[in-house]
Amino acid sequence: MTETNHPTIVVDNLHVDYKTFASGKAAKDRRSLMSRQRGVRVVHALKGVSFVAHEGESIGVIGHNGSGKSTLMRAIAGLQQPVKGAVYAASRPALLGVNAALLGDLTGEKNVVLGGLALGMSPEEVAERYDDIVEFSGIREFMDMPMQTYSSGMAARLRFSIAISRDHQILLVDEALAVGDKAFREKSEQRIRDMREQAGTVFLVSHSMRSIMETCTRVIWIDHGTLKMDGDPKEVVRAYKKST
Amino acid sequence: MTDIDYPALAREAGLPRVGARQPLPAYLKETWERRHFAMRLARYRIEAQLSQNRLGLFWVVLNPLLQAAVYGFVFGLIMDRGSRAGLNFIPFLVTGFFCFQFFSNSFNQGAKSITGNASLVRSLGFPRILLPLSAVFRNVYELVPMMVVLSFILVGFGERPSWTWLLVPPILFLFGMFNVGVALIAARLTVHLRDVTQMVPIITRLVLYMTGIFYSLEQVLADNPPWMLTLAQLNPVHDYIQLVRTMVLEGQEVNTLIVVMAFVGAIGFFIAGIVFFWSAEERYGRD
Repeated sequence: MTETNHPTIVVDNLHVDYKTFASGKAAKDRRSLMSRQRGVRVVHALKGVSFVAHEGESIGVIGHNGSGKSTLMRAIAGLQQPVKGAVYAASRPALLGVNAALLGDLTGEKNVVLGGLALGMSPEEVAERYDDIVEFSGIREFMDMPMQTYSSGMAARLRFSIAISRDHQILLVDEALAVGDKAFREKSEQRIRDMREQAGTVFLVSHSMRSIMETCTRVIWIDHGTLKMDGDPKEVVRAYKKST
Repeated sequence: MTDIDYPALAREAGLPRVGARQPLPAYLKETWERRHFAMRLARYRIEAQLSQNRLGLFWVVLNPLLQAAVYGFVFGLIMDRGSRAGLNFIPFLVTGFFCFQFFSNSFNQGAKSITGNASLVRSLGFPRILLPLSAVFRNVYELVPMMVVLSFILVGFGERPSWTWLLVPPILFLFGMFNVGVALIAARLTVHLRDVTQMVPIITRLVLYMTGIFYSLEQVLADNPPWMLTLAQLNPVHDYIQLVRTMVLEGQEVNTLIVVMAFVGAIGFFIAGIVFFWSAEERYGRD
């Protein structure tokens, strides 16, 4: 851990709940009349996670399925409101997830344009970077097909390429690398290392311990919504492997 | 866990809280900077929806035209003519129906704009107001060719082009502001309560009959107490359509109430919609 660098993210006692109907239909704010009926379930996904991340760190996040890793990423990105606690960040963190299709009924080409615009680029910037984005994704021949026809790997590649086309100070990568093939994974890991060197902070959620060991300088282990361990990749990964 | 004072640490490093709702001026500024996203999304939505069809973009005009034809068939040929004596019925109907489509589609698509774009809302951070705005933009794009077709229909059925036709775009601009307000309010309500989606078609249908698309409210209510017509004219949708009709058709007229309501409805709903939508910005995409 590099103590001398500036903190870029402070996560303070973060609690996140999901309220769902047992039927799976989500509905909010029916407190008075309806909430007692029909088995509302509250899932306590994060129960008080706190840590500080610094410039130039790349932090691996590991844990079992359903331990709260993705929820943590979404909360850091500001896409999920905490019920208690808060996340403070130097700039708006960009989340890169596996639910890759932005708009499935649109072609890859249009998704690149929309994704770029949604990230805050101007139309000129998008046009300028379009070729780089497509080149990085390596799926140029499928750009005129609707994104819902893509395989999960192809879609994830395109999403990753769109997201990294803009320089982010804080990037959150949620298992997006796991779906790409070997060549793409290496290219992406290199890009993440480059970003870190430009004083960025990168979070990487992955089940691939190899990928975590190769790209991360620090690892956080989330277990049942709490932070179980935080420290050197080797130690944390060893402890994690022992527990499974 | 530990006794580190995290908020103090964040303050010291000058880090703002993530996901905190921006003040309204900053929010609107960011919305303006990202307006291209909403406009492009609107265009792509139209293209994506129609690309599978043989006739493609023609459906933008063909669909409302056919719907108007159905109403024209039912109300023009089958029903009795008392409710529309002295009207040039086809232009009256088509003008009203095309304008009404602008309202009903904005309302409908606006209501679904947050819940229907869940994957976009969950993966990218942008002012959420762009999604309902995009729904209204989409209908503005569709309205333009419809208005061109309308002008041909008007001429074809014997209406003479006049300078007052030029007042139609400003009226539709006010109508658009009203629709933005309605779309924003519907979008937020749908997030709170999905059941609103079920109510939208019913409300649309109610407004359709209260607006007088295939009959003239002014004529139908002529024999009733005057307060009923006044009540009907408090409906801004009716007022915009009546204004457009007055500009393009012979023998239509408006009163002060209609003109005032057109402005009040546009400005009132526009501002109320923005504030209402913005004040729940932190909640969108939570489930």
